[in-house]
Amino acid sequence: MKEIVVISGKGGTGKTSLTASFAYLGGKDVIVADCDVDAADMHLLLEPDFKDSEDFYSGELAYIEQDECIRCGKCADVCRFDAIPIINNQYIVDLLSCEGCGYCARVCPTNAIINKNLNVGKWYISKIKTGSIMVHARLGIGADNSGKLVAKVKNEAKQIAEENSKEYIIVDGSPGVGCPVVSSLSGANFVLLVTEPSVSGLHDLKRVYELVHKFKIKAGCIINKSDINEKVTAEIEEYLKKENIVHIANLPYDEDFTKAMTNGQTIVEYSNDQLSEIIADSWNKIKQI
Amino acid sequence: MKIAIASGKGGTGKTTLSTNLASYLAEKGEVVLTDLDVEEPNSGLFIKADLVHEEDKFKMVPEWIEDKCTLCGICQEVCNFHAVIQLGKMIMVFPELCHGCYACSELCPESTLPMIPKKMGKLRHFKNHNLHFIESRLDIGEEQAVPLIKQTQDYIDEHFTDDVIRIYDSPPGTSCPVIEATKDADFVILITEPTPFGLHDLKLAVDTMKELGKNFGVVVNRYGIGNDDVINYCNEENIPLLAKIPNDRQIAELYSNGKLIYREIPEMQQELDKIIAYIGTLTKGGLS
Repeated sequence: MKEIVVISGKGGTGKTSLTASFAYLGGKDVIVADCDVDAADMHLLLEPDFKDSEDFYSGELAYIEQDECIRCGKCADVCRFDAIPIINNQYIVDLLSCEGCGYCARVCPTNAIINKNLNVGKWYISKIKTGSIMVHARLGIGADNSGKLVAKVKNEAKQIAEENSKEYIIVDGSPGVGCPVVSSLSGANFVLLVTEPSVSGLHDLKRVYELVHKFKIKAGCIINKSDINEKVTAEIEEYLKKENIVHIANLPYDEDFTKAMTNGQTIVEYSNDQLSEIIADSWNKIKQI
Repeated sequence: MKIAIASGKGGTGKTTLSTNLASYLAEKGEVVLTDLDVEEPNSGLFIKADLVHEEDKFKMVPEWIEDKCTLCGICQEVCNFHAVIQLGKMIMVFPELCHGCYACSELCPESTLPMIPKKMGKLRHFKNHNLHFIESRLDIGEEQAVPLIKQTQDYIDEHFTDDVIRIYDSPPGTSCPVIEATKDADFVILITEPTPFGLHDLKLAVDTMKELGKNFGVVVNRYGIGNDDVINYCNEENIPLLAKIPNDRQIAELYSNGKLIYREIPEMQQELDKIIAYIGTLTKGGLS
Protein backbone atom coordinates (compact mmCIF):
# COMPACT_ATOMS: atom_id res chain seq x y z
CA MET A 1 0.00 0.00 0.00
CA LYS A 2 1.24 3.45 -0.91
CA GLU A 3 0.22 6.63 0.80
CA ILE A 4 0.34 9.77 -1.34
CA VAL A 5 -0.14 13.13 0.37
CA VAL A 6 -0.93 16.22 -1.69
CA ILE A 7 0.00 19.57 -0.12
CA SER A 8 0.65 23.09 -1.34
CA GLY A 9 1.68 25.45 1.44
CA LYS A 10 -0.24 28.21 -0.31
CA GLY A 11 -3.98 27.93 -0.87
CA GLY A 12 -5.73 28.21 -4.22
CA THR A 13 -3.12 26.40 -6.29
CA GLY A 14 -5.52 23.68 -7.45
CA LYS A 15 -4.54 21.06 -4.88
CA THR A 16 -8.03 19.73 -4.21
CA SER A 17 -9.07 19.74 -7.88
CA LEU A 18 -5.99 17.68 -8.75
CA THR A 19 -6.36 15.31 -5.80
CA ALA A 20 -9.98 14.64 -6.77
CA SER A 21 -8.93 14.02 -10.39
CA PHE A 22 -6.37 11.45 -9.26
CA ALA A 23 -8.98 9.82 -7.05
CA TYR A 24 -11.27 9.63 -10.06
CA LEU A 25 -8.57 8.18 -12.31
CA GLY A 26 -7.56 5.66 -9.66
CA GLY A 27 -11.17 4.55 -9.18
CA LYS A 28 -11.63 1.56 -6.93
CA ASP A 29 -7.90 1.17 -6.24
CA VAL A 30 -7.75 4.42 -4.31
CA ILE A 31 -9.02 5.22 -0.82
CA VAL A 32 -9.42 8.97 -0.41
CA ALA A 33 -8.73 10.94 2.78
CA ASP A 34 -9.66 14.62 2.96
CA CYS A 35 -7.30 15.94 5.62
CA ASP A 36 -7.92 19.60 4.87
CA VAL A 37 -10.42 19.44 7.73
CA ASP A 38 -10.48 23.20 8.22
CA ALA A 39 -11.93 23.86 4.80
CA ALA A 40 -12.81 20.44 3.45
CA ASP A 41 -13.97 20.74 -0.16
CA MET A 42 -13.36 17.36 -1.74
CA HIS A 43 -16.93 16.25 -1.01
CA LEU A 44 -18.13 18.85 -3.49
CA LEU A 45 -16.49 16.87 -6.31
CA LEU A 46 -16.68 13.23 -5.27
CA GLU A 47 -20.32 12.93 -4.13
CA PRO A 48 -19.89 11.13 -0.80
CA ASP A 49 -23.03 9.60 0.74
CA PHE A 50 -22.15 10.71 4.34
CA LYS A 51 -23.47 7.33 5.44
CA ASP A 52 -21.39 6.66 8.55
CA SER A 53 -20.52 9.52 10.83
CA GLU A 54 -19.09 9.89 14.28
CA ASP A 55 -18.52 12.83 16.62
CA PHE A 56 -14.90 13.58 17.37
CA TYR A 57 -13.86 14.60 20.86
CA SER A 58 -10.46 15.99 21.56
CA GLY A 59 -9.13 18.21 24.29
CA GLU A 60 -11.03 19.78 27.14
CA LEU A 61 -12.54 23.06 28.23
CA ALA A 62 -12.85 24.25 31.81
CA TYR A 63 -16.29 24.89 33.26
CA ILE A 64 -16.90 26.55 36.62
CA GLU A 65 -19.86 25.41 38.75
CA GLN A 66 -20.94 28.76 40.20
CA ASP A 67 -22.68 27.15 43.22
CA GLU A 68 -19.42 25.57 44.32
CA CYS A 69 -17.20 28.57 43.58
CA ILE A 70 -15.96 30.59 46.61
CA ARG A 71 -14.50 33.37 44.38
CA CYS A 72 -10.96 32.88 45.66
CA GLY A 73 -9.52 33.71 42.24
CA LYS A 74 -6.84 31.01 42.27
CA CYS A 75 -8.00 29.72 38.89
CA ALA A 76 -7.61 33.12 37.26
CA ASP A 77 -4.20 33.58 38.91
CA VAL A 78 -2.73 30.42 37.41
CA CYS A 79 -4.33 30.74 33.96
CA ARG A 80 -1.66 31.81 31.47
CA PHE A 81 -4.25 32.39 28.74
CA ASP A 82 -6.30 35.09 30.52
CA ALA A 83 -9.26 32.80 29.98
CA ILE A 84 -11.01 33.35 33.34
CA PRO A 85 -12.22 36.95 33.54
CA ILE A 86 -14.56 38.21 36.27
CA ILE A 87 -17.96 39.01 34.79
CA ASN A 88 -20.70 40.35 37.13
CA ASN A 89 -18.70 39.22 40.13
CA GLN A 90 -18.41 35.68 38.82
CA TYR A 91 -15.38 33.87 37.46
CA ILE A 92 -16.41 32.74 33.98
CA VAL A 93 -14.36 30.73 31.49
CA ASP A 94 -13.88 32.45 28.13
CA LEU A 95 -14.37 29.47 25.84
CA LEU A 96 -12.41 30.97 22.97
CA SER A 97 -9.35 31.63 25.12
CA CYS A 98 -9.35 28.44 27.21
CA GLU A 99 -6.72 26.02 25.94
CA GLY A 100 -7.94 23.15 28.09
CA CYS A 101 -4.73 22.71 30.07
CA GLY A 102 -6.70 21.83 33.20
CA TYR A 103 -4.40 23.78 35.52
CA CYS A 104 -7.28 25.79 37.02
CA ALA A 105 -9.20 22.65 38.01
CA ARG A 106 -6.14 21.29 39.79
CA VAL A 107 -5.71 24.33 42.01
CA CYS A 108 -9.38 24.97 42.78
CA PRO A 109 -9.82 24.37 46.54
CA THR A 110 -13.52 23.46 46.27
CA ASN A 111 -13.33 21.35 43.09
CA ALA A 112 -15.74 23.77 41.45
CA ILE A 113 -14.07 23.41 38.05
CA ILE A 114 -14.73 20.48 35.80
CA ASN A 115 -13.09 19.74 32.50
CA LYS A 116 -15.56 18.99 29.76
CA ASN A 117 -14.60 16.90 26.77
CA LEU A 118 -14.72 19.00 23.69
CA ASN A 119 -16.61 17.98 20.58
CA VAL A 120 -14.38 19.43 17.87
CA GLY A 121 -16.09 18.05 14.83
CA LYS A 122 -17.44 15.06 12.97
CA TRP A 123 -15.84 12.54 10.70
CA TYR A 124 -17.41 10.42 8.00
CA ILE A 125 -16.84 7.27 6.02
CA SER A 126 -18.58 7.62 2.68
CA LYS A 127 -19.02 5.76 -0.55
CA ILE A 128 -18.06 8.06 -3.42
CA LYS A 129 -18.82 8.15 -7.12
CA THR A 130 -15.56 6.46 -8.07
CA GLY A 131 -16.89 3.27 -6.46
CA SER A 132 -14.37 3.63 -3.67
CA ILE A 133 -14.43 5.02 -0.15
CA MET A 134 -13.55 8.45 1.23
CA VAL A 135 -12.83 9.36 4.83
CA HIS A 136 -13.50 13.01 5.54
CA ALA A 137 -14.33 15.36 8.38
CA ARG A 138 -15.71 18.66 9.40
CA LEU A 139 -13.98 20.65 12.10
CA GLY A 140 -16.16 22.71 14.44
CA ILE A 141 -15.84 26.49 14.52
CA GLY A 142 -12.74 27.78 16.22
CA ALA A 143 -11.72 24.30 17.24
CA ASP A 144 -8.27 23.40 18.36
CA ASN A 145 -6.68 20.03 17.81
CA SER A 146 -7.29 19.94 14.09
CA GLY A 147 -4.05 17.93 13.94
CA LYS A 148 -5.69 15.17 15.91
CA LEU A 149 -8.73 15.09 13.65
CA VAL A 150 -6.38 14.92 10.66
CA ALA A 151 -4.62 11.95 12.27
CA LYS A 152 -7.97 10.28 12.90
CA VAL A 153 -9.09 10.68 9.27
CA LYS A 154 -5.78 9.35 8.00
CA ASN A 155 -5.68 6.36 10.32
CA GLU A 156 -9.23 5.37 9.42
CA ALA A 157 -8.39 5.59 5.72
CA LYS A 158 -5.31 3.46 6.29
CA GLN A 159 -7.27 0.80 8.11
CA ILE A 160 -9.90 0.65 5.38
CA ALA A 161 -7.20 0.39 2.72
CA GLU A 162 -5.54 -2.46 4.58
CA GLU A 163 -8.76 -4.35 5.21
CA ASN A 164 -9.73 -4.10 1.56
CA SER A 165 -6.19 -4.64 0.19
CA LYS A 166 -6.29 -1.35 -1.71
CA GLU A 167 -3.16 -0.19 -3.49
CA TYR A 168 -3.29 3.53 -2.79
CA ILE A 169 -4.40 6.10 -0.27
CA ILE A 170 -4.52 9.62 -1.58
CA VAL A 171 -4.63 12.39 0.99
CA ASP A 172 -5.72 15.99 0.42
CA GLY A 173 -3.48 17.74 2.96
CA SER A 174 -3.87 20.95 4.91
CA PRO A 175 -2.37 24.37 4.14
CA GLY A 176 0.45 25.97 6.09
CA VAL A 177 3.38 24.38 7.91
CA GLY A 178 1.89 23.85 11.37
CA CYS A 179 0.26 21.07 13.34
CA PRO A 180 -2.36 19.88 10.77
CA VAL A 181 0.24 19.57 7.98
CA VAL A 182 2.62 17.71 10.25
CA SER A 183 -0.22 15.27 10.97
CA SER A 184 -1.00 14.98 7.25
CA LEU A 185 2.61 14.11 6.45
CA SER A 186 3.33 11.51 9.09
CA GLY A 187 3.56 8.06 7.57
CA ALA A 188 3.40 9.22 3.93
CA ASN A 189 5.33 7.38 1.21
CA PHE A 190 5.22 10.19 -1.29
CA VAL A 191 4.39 13.89 -1.14
CA LEU A 192 3.01 15.73 -4.13
CA LEU A 193 3.56 19.47 -3.95
CA VAL A 194 1.16 21.58 -5.99
CA THR A 195 2.37 25.10 -6.60
CA GLU A 196 1.92 28.08 -8.91
CA PRO A 197 4.52 30.42 -10.42
CA SER A 198 3.95 33.46 -8.24
CA VAL A 199 6.28 34.99 -5.68
CA SER A 200 3.93 33.66 -2.98
CA GLY A 201 3.71 30.21 -4.56
CA LEU A 202 7.48 29.82 -4.65
CA HIS A 203 7.93 31.24 -1.15
CA ASP A 204 5.36 28.86 0.36
CA LEU A 205 6.69 25.89 -1.61
CA LYS A 206 10.14 26.40 -0.13
CA ARG A 207 8.80 26.62 3.40
CA VAL A 208 6.58 23.58 3.17
CA TYR A 209 9.33 21.56 1.47
CA GLU A 210 11.65 22.35 4.36
CA LEU A 211 9.13 20.52 6.50
CA VAL A 212 8.81 17.60 4.05
CA HIS A 213 12.59 17.35 3.99
CA LYS A 214 12.67 17.01 7.78
CA PHE A 215 10.38 14.00 7.45
CA LYS A 216 12.68 12.56 4.75
CA ILE A 217 9.77 11.79 2.43
CA LYS A 218 10.26 11.52 -1.35
CA ALA A 219 8.54 14.43 -3.11
CA GLY A 220 7.30 15.44 -6.54
CA CYS A 221 5.88 18.69 -7.81
CA ILE A 222 3.23 19.92 -10.23
CA ILE A 223 3.42 23.55 -11.31
CA ASN A 224 -0.10 24.73 -12.02
CA LYS A 225 -0.85 27.83 -14.14
CA SER A 226 2.78 27.60 -15.32
CA ASP A 227 2.22 30.04 -18.21
CA ILE A 228 1.12 32.88 -15.90
CA ASN A 229 4.74 33.72 -15.18
CA GLU A 230 7.40 31.88 -17.13
CA LYS A 231 10.26 33.49 -15.23
CA VAL A 232 9.03 32.25 -11.85
CA THR A 233 8.21 28.86 -13.40
CA ALA A 234 11.85 28.60 -14.46
CA GLU A 235 12.92 29.54 -10.92
CA ILE A 236 10.70 26.82 -9.47
CA GLU A 237 12.07 24.26 -11.92
CA GLU A 238 15.59 25.15 -10.89
CA TYR A 239 14.65 24.81 -7.23
CA LEU A 240 13.14 21.35 -7.87
CA LYS A 241 16.32 20.22 -9.57
CA LYS A 242 18.48 21.50 -6.75
CA GLU A 243 16.38 19.81 -4.07
CA ASN A 244 16.00 16.58 -6.00
CA ILE A 245 12.22 16.90 -6.18
CA VAL A 246 10.68 15.02 -9.10
CA HIS A 247 9.18 17.49 -11.56
CA ILE A 248 5.95 15.73 -12.51
CA ALA A 249 4.32 18.23 -14.86
CA ASN A 250 3.46 21.81 -15.77
CA LEU A 251 -0.21 22.64 -16.24
CA PRO A 252 -1.41 25.67 -18.21
CA TYR A 253 -3.67 28.34 -16.70
CA ASP A 254 -7.08 26.92 -17.55
CA GLU A 255 -10.51 28.00 -16.39
CA ASP A 256 -11.68 24.40 -16.80
CA PHE A 257 -10.49 24.01 -13.20
CA THR A 258 -13.30 26.35 -12.15
CA LYS A 259 -15.83 25.14 -14.71
CA ALA A 260 -15.42 21.50 -13.64
CA MET A 261 -15.82 22.52 -10.00
CA THR A 262 -18.92 24.57 -10.79
CA ASN A 263 -20.35 21.44 -12.42
CA GLY A 264 -19.50 19.37 -9.35
CA GLN A 265 -17.05 17.35 -11.41
CA THR A 266 -13.39 16.49 -11.38
CA ILE A 267 -11.37 17.97 -14.25
CA VAL A 268 -10.83 14.62 -15.94
CA GLU A 269 -14.57 14.02 -16.02
CA TYR A 270 -15.37 17.47 -17.27
CA SER A 271 -13.00 17.74 -20.20
CA ASN A 272 -11.02 15.40 -22.38
CA ASP A 273 -8.61 17.89 -23.85
CA GLN A 274 -4.91 18.40 -23.26
CA LEU A 275 -5.29 19.43 -19.62
CA SER A 276 -6.92 16.11 -18.72
CA GLU A 277 -4.24 14.26 -20.65
CA ILE A 278 -1.45 15.88 -18.66
CA ILE A 279 -3.29 15.08 -15.43
CA ALA A 280 -3.67 11.43 -16.48
CA ASP A 281 0.03 11.24 -17.38
CA SER A 282 0.91 12.79 -14.03
CA TRP A 283 -1.12 10.17 -12.20
CA ASN A 284 0.69 7.39 -14.06
CA LYS A 285 4.05 8.95 -13.19
CA ILE A 286 3.14 9.29 -9.52
CA LYS A 287 2.01 5.66 -9.36
CA GLN A 288 5.37 4.50 -10.69
CA ILE A 289 7.50 6.48 -8.26
CA MET B 1 -9.81 50.96 13.57
CA LYS B 2 -8.75 47.32 13.35
CA ILE B 3 -9.63 45.59 10.09
CA ALA B 4 -8.96 41.87 9.69
CA ILE B 5 -8.93 40.28 6.26
CA ALA B 6 -9.85 36.63 6.38
CA SER B 7 -11.26 33.79 4.30
CA GLY B 8 -12.26 30.19 4.84
CA LYS B 9 -10.56 28.93 1.70
CA GLY B 10 -6.91 29.65 1.02
CA GLY B 11 -5.71 31.38 -2.12
CA THR B 12 -8.75 33.64 -2.53
CA GLY B 13 -6.86 36.93 -2.29
CA LYS B 14 -6.36 37.80 1.38
CA THR B 15 -2.82 38.97 0.83
CA THR B 16 -3.68 40.80 -2.40
CA LEU B 17 -6.44 42.74 -0.66
CA SER B 18 -4.43 43.39 2.52
CA THR B 19 -1.37 44.75 0.75
CA ASN B 20 -3.30 46.83 -1.79
CA LEU B 21 -5.72 48.27 0.77
CA ALA B 22 -2.92 49.09 3.22
CA SER B 23 -0.68 50.70 0.61
CA TYR B 24 -3.56 52.71 -0.85
CA LEU B 25 -4.69 53.96 2.57
CA ALA B 26 -1.08 54.83 3.45
CA GLU B 27 -1.08 57.37 0.61
CA LYS B 28 -3.31 59.48 2.89
CA GLY B 29 -2.41 58.58 6.45
CA GLU B 30 -0.58 56.29 8.82
CA VAL B 31 -1.35 52.59 8.42
CA VAL B 32 0.08 49.47 10.01
CA LEU B 33 -0.27 46.26 8.04
CA THR B 34 0.39 43.04 9.97
CA ASP B 35 0.80 39.61 8.45
CA LEU B 36 -0.68 37.17 10.96
CA ASP B 37 -0.47 34.19 8.60
CA VAL B 38 2.66 33.21 10.51
CA GLU B 39 2.84 29.76 8.90
CA GLU B 40 3.07 31.14 5.37
CA PRO B 41 3.55 34.92 5.55
CA ASN B 42 3.36 36.44 2.06
CA SER B 43 2.44 40.11 2.45
CA GLY B 44 6.12 41.07 2.66
CA LEU B 45 6.61 39.94 -0.93
CA PHE B 46 4.41 42.84 -2.06
CA ILE B 47 5.56 45.60 0.30
CA LYS B 48 8.74 47.49 -0.41
CA ALA B 49 9.92 49.00 2.85
CA ASP B 50 13.00 49.28 5.05
CA LEU B 51 13.63 47.02 8.00
CA VAL B 52 13.56 49.14 11.14
CA HIS B 53 13.45 46.48 13.84
CA GLU B 54 13.57 42.72 14.29
CA GLU B 55 13.32 40.45 17.28
CA ASP B 56 13.21 36.73 17.98
CA LYS B 57 10.00 35.52 19.54
CA PHE B 58 10.00 32.95 22.30
CA LYS B 59 7.54 30.73 24.05
CA MET B 60 8.07 29.39 27.54
CA VAL B 61 8.59 25.64 27.91
CA PRO B 62 9.75 23.50 30.84
CA GLU B 63 13.28 22.17 31.09
CA TRP B 64 14.02 19.16 33.27
CA ILE B 65 16.70 19.35 35.97
CA GLU B 66 17.62 15.77 36.65
CA ASP B 67 19.44 15.93 39.99
CA LYS B 68 16.56 17.28 42.09
CA CYS B 69 13.83 15.10 40.49
CA THR B 70 12.23 12.40 42.63
CA LEU B 71 10.33 10.94 39.64
CA CYS B 72 7.01 11.41 41.46
CA GLY B 73 5.19 11.59 38.12
CA ILE B 74 3.06 14.65 38.89
CA CYS B 75 4.34 16.56 35.84
CA GLN B 76 3.29 13.83 33.45
CA GLU B 77 -0.06 13.52 35.17
CA VAL B 78 -0.91 17.23 34.98
CA CYS B 79 0.09 17.77 31.35
CA ASN B 80 -3.01 17.57 29.19
CA PHE B 81 -0.97 17.82 26.00
CA HIS B 82 1.38 14.86 26.50
CA ALA B 83 4.29 17.27 26.28
CA VAL B 84 5.89 15.90 29.46
CA ILE B 85 6.41 12.15 29.58
CA GLN B 86 8.17 9.99 32.15
CA LEU B 87 10.25 7.28 30.50
CA GLY B 88 11.99 5.02 33.01
CA LYS B 89 14.15 7.33 35.09
CA MET B 90 13.87 10.21 32.68
CA ILE B 91 11.44 13.05 32.14
CA MET B 92 11.15 13.90 28.46
CA VAL B 93 9.83 17.30 27.38
CA PHE B 94 8.38 17.77 23.88
CA PRO B 95 8.48 21.56 23.44
CA GLU B 96 6.50 21.56 20.17
CA LEU B 97 3.51 20.05 22.00
CA CYS B 98 3.77 22.38 24.99
CA HIS B 99 1.10 25.10 25.32
CA GLY B 100 3.03 26.94 28.02
CA CYS B 101 0.41 26.55 30.77
CA TYR B 102 3.07 26.25 33.51
CA ALA B 103 1.13 23.47 35.31
CA CYS B 104 4.00 20.96 35.34
CA SER B 105 6.50 23.59 36.35
CA GLU B 106 4.51 25.14 39.19
CA LEU B 107 2.97 21.93 40.51
CA CYS B 108 6.31 20.10 40.68
CA PRO B 109 7.04 19.70 44.41
CA GLU B 110 10.81 19.87 43.87
CA SER B 111 10.83 22.69 41.28
CA THR B 112 12.71 20.53 38.81
CA LEU B 113 10.92 21.89 35.74
CA PRO B 114 11.73 25.60 35.45
CA MET B 115 10.26 27.36 32.44
CA ILE B 116 12.80 28.55 29.92
CA PRO B 117 12.33 30.53 26.70
CA LYS B 118 12.44 28.61 23.43
CA LYS B 119 12.58 30.43 20.10
CA MET B 120 9.50 29.86 17.94
CA GLY B 121 9.90 32.52 15.29
CA LYS B 122 10.89 36.02 14.35
CA LEU B 123 9.08 39.36 14.12
CA ARG B 124 10.19 42.03 11.69
CA HIS B 125 9.05 45.64 11.48
CA PHE B 126 9.43 47.50 8.17
CA LYS B 127 8.57 51.09 7.32
CA ASN B 128 8.02 53.08 4.17
CA HIS B 129 6.71 56.63 4.76
CA ASN B 130 3.22 56.24 6.27
CA LEU B 131 3.14 52.49 5.95
CA HIS B 132 4.37 50.23 8.71
CA PHE B 133 4.56 46.55 7.92
CA ILE B 134 4.92 43.92 10.63
CA GLU B 135 5.57 40.30 9.79
CA SER B 136 6.05 37.30 12.04
CA ARG B 137 7.17 33.95 10.76
CA LEU B 138 6.99 30.67 12.59
CA ASP B 139 10.16 28.55 12.58
CA ILE B 140 9.79 25.37 10.51
CA GLY B 141 9.05 22.47 12.87
CA GLU B 142 7.10 24.65 15.32
CA GLU B 143 3.52 23.43 15.25
CA GLN B 144 1.57 26.10 17.10
CA ALA B 145 0.78 29.37 15.40
CA VAL B 146 -1.41 30.90 18.12
CA PRO B 147 1.28 31.98 20.62
CA LEU B 148 3.18 33.82 17.88
CA ILE B 149 -0.01 35.48 16.59
CA LYS B 150 -0.76 36.67 20.13
CA GLN B 151 2.71 38.11 20.66
CA THR B 152 2.59 39.86 17.30
CA GLN B 153 -0.66 41.57 18.24
CA ASP B 154 0.88 42.59 21.56
CA TYR B 155 3.73 44.21 19.64
CA ILE B 156 1.21 46.26 17.62
CA ASP B 157 -0.68 47.30 20.75
CA GLU B 158 2.54 48.43 22.41
CA HIS B 159 3.90 50.37 19.44
CA PHE B 160 0.88 52.05 17.86
CA THR B 161 -1.85 54.30 19.14
CA ASP B 162 -5.51 53.55 18.46
CA ASP B 163 -5.89 56.22 15.80
CA VAL B 164 -3.55 54.41 13.40
CA ILE B 165 -5.48 52.22 10.96
CA ARG B 166 -4.55 48.59 11.52
CA ILE B 167 -4.94 45.96 8.84
CA TYR B 168 -4.43 42.30 9.66
CA ASP B 169 -3.78 39.68 6.99
CA SER B 170 -5.18 36.58 8.71
CA PRO B 171 -4.43 32.87 8.28
CA PRO B 172 -6.90 30.77 6.24
CA GLY B 173 -9.48 28.39 7.71
CA THR B 174 -11.82 28.61 10.68
CA SER B 175 -9.82 27.08 13.51
CA CYS B 176 -7.91 28.59 16.40
CA PRO B 177 -5.30 30.65 14.49
CA VAL B 178 -8.10 32.52 12.66
CA ILE B 179 -10.01 33.15 15.87
CA GLU B 180 -6.85 34.54 17.45
CA ALA B 181 -6.24 36.80 14.46
CA THR B 182 -9.80 38.17 14.17
CA LYS B 183 -11.21 38.24 17.68
CA ASP B 184 -10.06 41.80 18.43
CA ALA B 185 -10.97 43.25 15.03
CA ASP B 186 -13.57 46.02 14.70
CA PHE B 187 -14.44 44.84 11.21
CA VAL B 188 -13.68 41.69 9.26
CA ILE B 189 -13.50 41.50 5.48
CA LEU B 190 -14.11 37.97 4.20
CA ILE B 191 -12.71 37.49 0.74
CA THR B 192 -13.86 34.64 -1.45
CA GLU B 193 -14.20 33.57 -5.06
CA PRO B 194 -17.50 32.82 -6.81
CA THR B 195 -17.03 29.05 -7.03
CA PRO B 196 -18.49 26.08 -5.14
CA PHE B 197 -15.32 25.79 -3.02
CA GLY B 198 -15.38 29.53 -2.39
CA LEU B 199 -19.03 29.46 -1.33
CA HIS B 200 -18.66 26.39 0.87
CA ASP B 201 -15.71 27.86 2.75
CA LEU B 202 -17.29 31.33 2.89
CA LYS B 203 -20.27 29.84 4.74
CA LEU B 204 -17.91 28.35 7.33
CA ALA B 205 -16.17 31.70 7.71
CA VAL B 206 -19.52 33.52 8.04
CA ASP B 207 -20.61 31.08 10.76
CA THR B 208 -17.33 31.72 12.56
CA MET B 209 -17.74 35.49 12.40
CA LYS B 210 -21.34 35.25 13.62
CA GLU B 211 -20.18 33.06 16.49
CA LEU B 212 -17.59 35.71 17.39
CA GLY B 213 -20.22 38.45 17.06
CA LYS B 214 -18.16 40.30 14.46
CA ASN B 215 -19.23 43.03 12.11
CA PHE B 216 -18.21 41.77 8.66
CA GLY B 217 -18.64 42.11 4.92
CA VAL B 218 -17.68 40.14 1.82
CA VAL B 219 -15.39 40.91 -1.10
CA VAL B 220 -15.70 38.68 -4.17
CA ASN B 221 -12.44 38.10 -5.97
CA ARG B 222 -12.07 36.75 -9.52
CA TYR B 223 -15.59 37.96 -10.19
CA GLY B 224 -16.79 36.55 -13.50
CA ILE B 225 -15.63 32.96 -13.14
CA GLY B 226 -17.82 30.29 -11.59
CA ASN B 227 -21.43 31.27 -10.92
CA ASP B 228 -23.69 33.67 -9.00
CA ASP B 229 -24.22 31.49 -5.94
CA VAL B 230 -21.91 33.51 -3.71
CA ILE B 231 -23.65 36.78 -4.64
CA ASN B 232 -27.08 35.22 -4.10
CA TYR B 233 -26.01 33.80 -0.77
CA CYS B 234 -24.80 37.22 0.44
CA ASN B 235 -28.06 38.84 -0.67
CA GLU B 236 -30.20 36.20 1.02
CA GLU B 237 -28.23 36.44 4.24
CA ASN B 238 -28.13 40.25 4.17
CA ILE B 239 -24.36 40.24 4.19
CA PRO B 240 -22.91 43.46 2.80
CA LEU B 241 -21.11 42.87 -0.48
CA LEU B 242 -18.30 45.39 -0.32
CA ALA B 243 -16.57 44.97 -3.66
CA LYS B 244 -16.02 42.73 -6.66
CA ILE B 245 -12.50 42.32 -7.99
CA PRO B 246 -12.71 41.19 -11.62
CA ASN B 247 -11.28 37.91 -12.92
CA ASP B 248 -8.44 39.27 -14.98
CA ARG B 249 -5.34 37.52 -16.19
CA GLN B 250 -3.39 40.76 -15.87
CA ILE B 251 -4.16 40.84 -12.13
CA ALA B 252 -2.90 37.26 -11.79
CA GLU B 253 0.27 38.20 -13.65
CA LEU B 254 0.91 41.32 -11.55
CA TYR B 255 0.36 39.28 -8.42
CA SER B 256 2.72 36.56 -9.60
CA ASN B 257 5.46 39.20 -9.91
CA GLY B 258 4.85 40.61 -6.44
CA LYS B 259 3.34 43.85 -7.77
CA LEU B 260 0.53 45.88 -6.25
CA ILE B 261 -2.60 45.80 -8.42
CA TYR B 262 -4.29 49.15 -7.79
CA ARG B 263 -1.37 51.12 -9.18
CA GLU B 264 -1.75 49.47 -12.58
CA ILE B 265 -5.45 48.71 -12.80
CA PRO B 266 -7.88 51.59 -12.13
CA GLU B 267 -10.79 49.21 -11.55
CA MET B 268 -8.97 47.83 -8.53
CA GLN B 269 -8.65 51.31 -7.07
CA GLN B 270 -12.38 51.86 -7.56
CA GLU B 271 -13.15 48.66 -5.70
CA LEU B 272 -10.80 49.69 -2.86
CA ASP B 273 -12.64 53.04 -2.69
CA LYS B 274 -15.92 51.16 -2.22
CA ILE B 275 -14.48 49.17 0.67
CA ILE B 276 -13.03 52.29 2.28
CA ALA B 277 -16.32 54.14 1.88
CA TYR B 278 -18.26 51.30 3.51
CA ILE B 279 -15.91 50.96 6.46
CA GLY B 280 -15.87 54.74 6.74
CA THR B 281 -19.61 54.70 7.49
CA LEU B 282 -18.88 52.54 10.54
CA THR B 283 -16.44 54.92 12.14
CA LYS B 284 -16.74 58.52 13.24
CA GLY B 285 -15.05 60.83 10.79
CA GLY B 286 -14.62 58.11 8.17
CA LEU B 287 -11.60 56.05 7.34
CA SER B 288 -8.32 57.79 6.57
